[in-house]
Amino acid sequence: MNSDKNTAVITVLGNDRVGIIAAISNLLAEYNININDISQTILAEIFTMVMIVDLQEVVIEKSDISDKLRELGNKLGVQITIQHTGLFNAMHRI
Amino acid sequence: MINEYEIIETMNMFSRQHLDIRTITMGISLYDCCDSDANEACRKIYDKICRCAGRLVEVGEEISKKYNVPIIHKRISVTPISMIAAASGSTDYVMFAKTLDRAAKACGVNFVGGFSALVQKGYTKSDEILIHSIPQALAETDFVCSSINLASTRSGINMDAVRDMGHIIKQTAEASADRDAIGCAKLVVFANAPEDNPFMAGAFLGPGEPECVINVGISGPGVVKHALEGVKGKDLGVVAETIKKAAFKITRVGELVAREASERLNVPFGIIDLSLAPTPAVGDSVARLLEEFGLETCGTWGTTAALAMLNDAVKKGGTMASSFVGGLSGAFIPVSEDEGMIAAARSGSLLLEKLEAMTCVCSVGLDMIAIPGDTAPETISGIIADEMALGTFNNKTTAVRLIPVPGKGVGDSVEFGGLLGTAPIMPVNRQSCADFINRGGRIPAPIHSMRN
Repeated sequence: MNSDKNTAVITVLGNDRVGIIAAISNLLAEYNININDISQTILAEIFTMVMIVDLQEVVIEKSDISDKLRELGNKLGVQITIQHTGLFNAMHRI
Repeated sequence: MINEYEIIETMNMFSRQHLDIRTITMGISLYDCCDSDANEACRKIYDKICRCAGRLVEVGEEISKKYNVPIIHKRISVTPISMIAAASGSTDYVMFAKTLDRAAKACGVNFVGGFSALVQKGYTKSDEILIHSIPQALAETDFVCSSINLASTRSGINMDAVRDMGHIIKQTAEASADRDAIGCAKLVVFANAPEDNPFMAGAFLGPGEPECVINVGISGPGVVKHALEGVKGKDLGVVAETIKKAAFKITRVGELVAREASERLNVPFGIIDLSLAPTPAVGDSVARLLEEFGLETCGTWGTTAALAMLNDAVKKGGTMASSFVGGLSGAFIPVSEDEGMIAAARSGSLLLEKLEAMTCVCSVGLDMIAIPGDTAPETISGIIADEMALGTFNNKTTAVRLIPVPGKGVGDSVEFGGLLGTAPIMPVNRQSCADFINRGGRIPAPIHSMRN
């Protein structure tokens, strides 16, 4: 994955329940954010969902998308974070 | 493709292991603010700081949001004020400190470092004025930090200044006695002070530094401790390797943030300071990390060896991750700011003498240590002299930040609050060293300073 690409990782941690993906997808659609990839798994007994999203025109640091996702997480009882993929590339790739 | 394991590991580092960018520090040269009129010099200083650092906090917050990485502090370091105020002819530099304080508040940063002088070989008139302004300057400002370089491997130790700083530290404590001597928490003396250090209280922008520069300090003792929990009982080679890998990842976050801040502010990137800087929060302690090596309590036998290895492995991992690692880089061992150190000091396992030994192999020195308020100024100078000798003769940075708390003695403790934490008053050897300190003069540079 190229860090120059304007993509981000959305992580959802917590207990699985109906409607998580639907709620997040709806919110992302409002901001015109496309989902490139999605996967879910149980890691260390925690439900984990990872989405790679294309930010296109959205600039995370200037929009309220990260706050909106956090609020949605509180409502759903899960932790949702969005982070630019540059972070993961910096930390895990030489 | 980034895998899920890496994503979760990263998330945990920030959410559970307290990984953070401790500070983005903008260094600002004040050479062009010298003026024969002190008021005019202060006006220029204020304007320049506000011009350069006006967007620092905003940019820090934007980057923090983009990567969801906590950036705790945004700070400013400036050219040592003794160099800038010299031309003004003032006999008191408190107004310069107040100017720095106002500028820091206007920019929204929480500390400004550089009320400083470099006196390793002797005083200029201006250095003397600055040093005597310290007690009042630190009592009457909130965000100004002061540092004095007393010694270097090249120049030896200025023992006149060591003697004077014993008195200045006492006066600084008295001047802020109503707040448990908090002035002393903003005052540090150095041997071999780094000129690009982003961490307070010792940050200043050295004479060889550029016009304006971004230095980033990163922390994460909790991340290293967590990594070590995964290799319990394994031999020390495995431990070293584990620390290096964790340090590498931590440093890369710093590098990413520093590059991005530099680009957005259009200011060159200076260095990453990879320091394991503890906070009083549980899980963010260097002492607990040392205990993870297999020590019952920090301060017991083996502590120095563990710290030496930790410090070295951190640097090795860090230098692989960034070509510009500088500042203090290594492990900090402040007492009041580290939950495990506080506990070890309270239990009697960690004594001043052991801390001194530990400073031989870590990145800084005797840091944030509260001592009895009735400690003689010459004794404080003696502690400083020993620490300066360790730095000067071992070719490393050492520092002293002691807090002689007026009216308090061993068994008491002081609450500074926030990141400055809580300090139990530690016992000090009371045998006099006054005749040694009052000799004054200079301790010559060690033979290994002759490298040419």
